[in-house]
Amino acid sequence: MRRLIIVAVPYLWLLALFLIPFLIVLKISLSDIALARPPYMPQLDLSGGWQAIRDFVSQLDFENFVFLTTDDLYWKAYLSSLRIAAVATFITLLVGYPIAYAMARATPEWRPTLLMLVILPFWTSFLIRVYSWMGILGNEGVLNQVLLWAGLITEPLQILNTTTAVYIGIVYTYLPFMILPIYSTLERMDESLLEAAEDLGCSRLSAFWLVTFPLSRNGIVAGCFLVFIPAIGEFVIPSLLGGSQTLMIGKVLWEEFFNNRDWPVASAVAVVLLLILIIPIVLFQRTEEKAREAER
Amino acid sequence: MAQPSPKPKPSPETAVFEPWNDPEAKPLIEFRNVTKRFGEFTAIDDLSLRIYEREFFALLGPSGCGKTTMMRMLAGFEAPTEGHILLGGQAIDTVPPNKRAVNMMFQSYALFPHLTVFDNIAFGLRRESRDDEKIEARVEEMLRLTRLSKFASRKPHQISGGQRQRVALARSLAKAPKLLLLDEPLGALDKKLREETQFELMDIQEKTGTTFVIVTHDQEEAMTVASRVAVMDEGRIVQVATPEVIYEAPNSVYVADFIGDVNLIRGTAKARGEGTAPAANEAPQEEAPGTTAPPASAPAPATGRHDPQPNAMGRWLHDRLLSPVIGPRRDQPKALPAPEAAAELPPPAPAPESATDIPEGGIEIHWSEGAAPIVASSGDPALDGQQVVLSLRPEKVSIAKEKPQAHNALPGRVIDIAYLGNISTYHVELPDGTMIKAQMANTRRIARRDITWEDEVWVSFTATAGVVLTE
Repeated sequence: MRRLIIVAVPYLWLLALFLIPFLIVLKISLSDIALARPPYMPQLDLSGGWQAIRDFVSQLDFENFVFLTTDDLYWKAYLSSLRIAAVATFITLLVGYPIAYAMARATPEWRPTLLMLVILPFWTSFLIRVYSWMGILGNEGVLNQVLLWAGLITEPLQILNTTTAVYIGIVYTYLPFMILPIYSTLERMDESLLEAAEDLGCSRLSAFWLVTFPLSRNGIVAGCFLVFIPAIGEFVIPSLLGGSQTLMIGKVLWEEFFNNRDWPVASAVAVVLLLILIIPIVLFQRTEEKAREAER
Repeated sequence: MAQPSPKPKPSPETAVFEPWNDPEAKPLIEFRNVTKRFGEFTAIDDLSLRIYEREFFALLGPSGCGKTTMMRMLAGFEAPTEGHILLGGQAIDTVPPNKRAVNMMFQSYALFPHLTVFDNIAFGLRRESRDDEKIEARVEEMLRLTRLSKFASRKPHQISGGQRQRVALARSLAKAPKLLLLDEPLGALDKKLREETQFELMDIQEKTGTTFVIVTHDQEEAMTVASRVAVMDEGRIVQVATPEVIYEAPNSVYVADFIGDVNLIRGTAKARGEGTAPAANEAPQEEAPGTTAPPASAPAPATGRHDPQPNAMGRWLHDRLLSPVIGPRRDQPKALPAPEAAAELPPPAPAPESATDIPEGGIEIHWSEGAAPIVASSGDPALDGQQVVLSLRPEKVSIAKEKPQAHNALPGRVIDIAYLGNISTYHVELPDGTMIKAQMANTRRIARRDITWEDEVWVSFTATAGVVLTE
């Protein structure tokens, strides 16, 4: 009985906080837009008995999903989101790996401090940190002023409101999610493995490629998923830092919901996004499982 | 490999393998006045050492004695602060580890967890050659040598500790290094497996002809596998010698105490004159009361003191037929004589055996007020008047209920008995409080043991049994 309760807790959690909201969104995505409150129909009226439920179900349809395929805005937004997320993930990896590596190689008394520094940005609101990037990247921003003052440029660079600014924002925001899992695999690595590699004829560099890098693979995979998955649906960063040409599905979703008040289409966009995300999530779980097996 | 041959040390062509005694022999490894400091701490202190080809050399010492630093300097992970290390006559102080013909087997084995057993062994080979066929042949050879062929495609986490140990060995041997370093290679194995593996290691060393340097804190392991042992303490080498010499002729109290079990008796040396063999003269009345005389002066009647003993036929008759009726035969005197004394002295029968059979010369050690001095014929008479320590191995001390006929016999009381199955160690307290450990092989079933706690006994040893050391 106790075991059953223990097992039941996470499932109840999933049911209440994921499955039920998802079913609600799914239901809305199958409804039609209406000038009402809430702005869609049909509404389910349980007091009407079986007949009402049957009427309700018969009015649901896939119209909104069909609509998504007719307007190329949507699939372009999906593709563009995937591309931006993938590129940003890759840049985050390039920036994060050396940081994680340096942290793992630091003397043990320094490690807690370094770890703290990585987590420190979370202590301020995410929104404020993105706003401060607007202050840095803007035409009158800190970055341009410094570059102008140093004489490196004569005209202010247009960074804010471009895709570049979106990349900077994503890399900055999600960097800790890349560093932490990589750091944890590197830190666990037995240093004598590198000595063994050197002893067997490796140079420092080849020892890194042949031993350190493959052994940190699990951390890299985990870090990449942790960055890639939320980056696809990212809304705040593209809407604050990106320009009109930055097309991301999160922004489209927002506009459908709040500008067009078209809840059913917005819900359809969300459902499709979820389906797209399930693929990497399943992949991620499978590699995690494999990693755990290998450690046993 | 299945049947370990004991100590296959001497190589077949030369009867005795002792390059260290040959002034012509060129050492493979030479430490020349090497000092290594880590900040303020001196790990290795002006150390010189020669290790020869085909040797199985053990660096032995407690943790923190510098043995691991020596090994890491040989591997190239540390550079000496002063002095030079030569490999085959070439200074290698500045050669990085990946350019040395030296391989190391790590204490943690350091197997690459993401590679199979095969790829682990091939790792070093692939760094220097692209010839896949050759690499495969060499790896197969190593797998056969270490009996791992069945496990070639497994990952390290899928095999047992003993197998991992062999993979580590195979990997470090694959490149056929001039020198193989083994850092506490058997530390992680249980006792039985460790003993088996020691013989395997010796066997593999013999087969490959590689020079092995092993670092260990386990003196039994060092004694078992090594052709020579260097005992280290605080960055210095205290003694370098064969296991036999280290054990039987330690050059210092430190070595005697570190290797095996030992009785250390401190006292003042007094030279024995050339003709003063009957040391008994000055010993007599100080002995415990009740005994007739010190061993040296009362040799002949010894056998007469005991009850008549049955001969072989009588014993057979008793054991087979009579014992169930009248109980076990009591033949104490047979149970007790010291095997050591019996072996070293001439057979007990001849009468004229007397004090004269104590080797002449040497020293007497006055170790306790009022007790007979201990005769140590191995002591240097030049030590006359100095404080000395007699180091005496427990197995060279025998214990008896009646005063035995031996060069040195001391009365005492049994305080403790450690029964180890094959042997028993008796802790005997002498009148002045000194504890002496005496070890006897349990050649009889325990039921017959007749020395027990609180018994008044005699411990005895020959004049040659101990080693005289100065502190």
